[in-house]
Amino acid sequence: MAASEPRQAIEAIFRIERARLIAGLARLVRNVDFAEELAQDALVIALSEWPRAGVPANPGAWLMTAAKRRAIDAIRRERMRERKHEEIARELDGVVDSAVDGIEAAMDDDLGDELLGLIFTACHPILSADARAALTLRVVGGLTTDEIARAFLSSEATIAQRIVRAKKTIGKAGITFEVPRGAERAARLASVLEVIYLIFNEGYAATAGDDLVRPSLCLEAQRLGRVLAGLAPEDAEVFGLLALMEIQASRLKARVGPDGALLTLTEQNRARWDQLMIRRGLEALARAEALGGDGSYALQAALAACHARARSPADTDWSRIAALYDRLRAVAPSPVVDLNRAIAYSMAFGPDAGLKLIDEIADAAALRAYAPLPAARGDFLFRAGRLSEARPQFEAAAKLTRNEQERAFLLARADACN
Amino acid sequence: MRVMVFVKATEDSEKGIFPMPETAKMFEAMGRFNEELVNAGIMLSGDGLTPSSQGKRIAFDGPNRSVIDGPFAETRELVAGYWLWEVKDMDEAVAWVKRCPNPMLGPSEIEIRPLYEMADFQDFLTPEAGKIHDRTREKLGCA
Repeated sequence: MAASEPRQAIEAIFRIERARLIAGLARLVRNVDFAEELAQDALVIALSEWPRAGVPANPGAWLMTAAKRRAIDAIRRERMRERKHEEIARELDGVVDSAVDGIEAAMDDDLGDELLGLIFTACHPILSADARAALTLRVVGGLTTDEIARAFLSSEATIAQRIVRAKKTIGKAGITFEVPRGAERAARLASVLEVIYLIFNEGYAATAGDDLVRPSLCLEAQRLGRVLAGLAPEDAEVFGLLALMEIQASRLKARVGPDGALLTLTEQNRARWDQLMIRRGLEALARAEALGGDGSYALQAALAACHARARSPADTDWSRIAALYDRLRAVAPSPVVDLNRAIAYSMAFGPDAGLKLIDEIADAAALRAYAPLPAARGDFLFRAGRLSEARPQFEAAAKLTRNEQERAFLLARADACN
Repeated sequence: MRVMVFVKATEDSEKGIFPMPETAKMFEAMGRFNEELVNAGIMLSGDGLTPSSQGKRIAFDGPNRSVIDGPFAETRELVAGYWLWEVKDMDEAVAWVKRCPNPMLGPSEIEIRPLYEMADFQDFLTPEAGKIHDRTREKLGCA
């Protein structure tokens, strides 16, 4: 490798290695904060040595060795007050003294597992969803606290404090950075997927005027999803979530109109959908289904796929969508799923089928002030030719919505009922 | 950002693939590298191309179209394979290419080219042209 590597080239290499480096160190020192600090120390050493000596053949192993040496120094400086520390130091000594080849081999064996362990730790259910998202973006995604703050429309101090607290909580709870097994794994995995999807949706909610960091959260979440798919290749829901994100991301460029307003699926110019993302999404969905995927993410991905496959809104396979909502309702029941199911039924089997289902959920507390409910009922009544009944429904929906454009649209529909 | 990464051809690659121990070793190393790319979540797609002797070129000159059969002479400018990556910046793409095993038996080159975004064309496309462009893309089913 050529000497005189510029600083940014070394930092780019570090960014590639960072998450795995922290994962390996965290398991060793049982402290994610200390691990992050050690990784940063290793970068500083690399920045001073690589320009002179060139980039080593295996930069990941080199950084790990440098960080472990630092760990030993730091622990010795603390004079090994606790026996636990002595054990760690002895363990570290052994690793450092062994040949570099040995370290490289050990790293190849362990790395995936260690990174997965770090992801599971950062997404531990003892942390709030916000704390999990911030910590994951920091230690796994490598975002700075400033970037995370801008992405979540928060202040840097708030995010920094959130991350500090999360690390303390993990330390106090004595979490081991191991990958959970058996029944615990499923519950903990659900927590990981929830965090990744939360990050994705933050990015998806970004609008034109927002800081560019926000939409890039979608890319970050997709990347995390792909990394997770590589680490947990037998989990159907991992591929379900990946498929859902890839397909939704395919519409990122199509969902905003020339005036900056968000467009519905029907209004979007489907030529703007990113076919590469759709193809990747459909492949991930096929993988989820081959693994027996019938969970909430796989079903939502299958729903998204129905729209992705339709060249025009008229080509949409609504009866398949209705059937998927039947299953989603069983797996992840919610009033919003019920409402969407009613809409799918109205599209597949006519407005009366939709009205029948919407009557069953009209009293759900969660939907009482929910504009889409009267908007859907108004649409069903309108399509059934019951215009005088449709009008007050559109008006009620217009009163409930907080979106100006939607209000104008609903009032126009009310006017059309004359 | 999305980048296309081209593996440039060499005199060897233009001869096709021969079962040699060195080739087998290179394929194994490349397989491991591809696995790394996938696990890092940056690889969107990629493939290898057959020698240019299997390819054709169509030359445009006014209304004329003439077909030229491969192989083509300027070997080092030809493409032998490609990847499509989603990376944060060019620095990351360069860092990844540097850790790629040499894809050829002798000296070789890999080239990184960022893709245009639709927004880059906005100033050049009239609304009419944009519509035609969209329609074509839809029919082709491309991104």
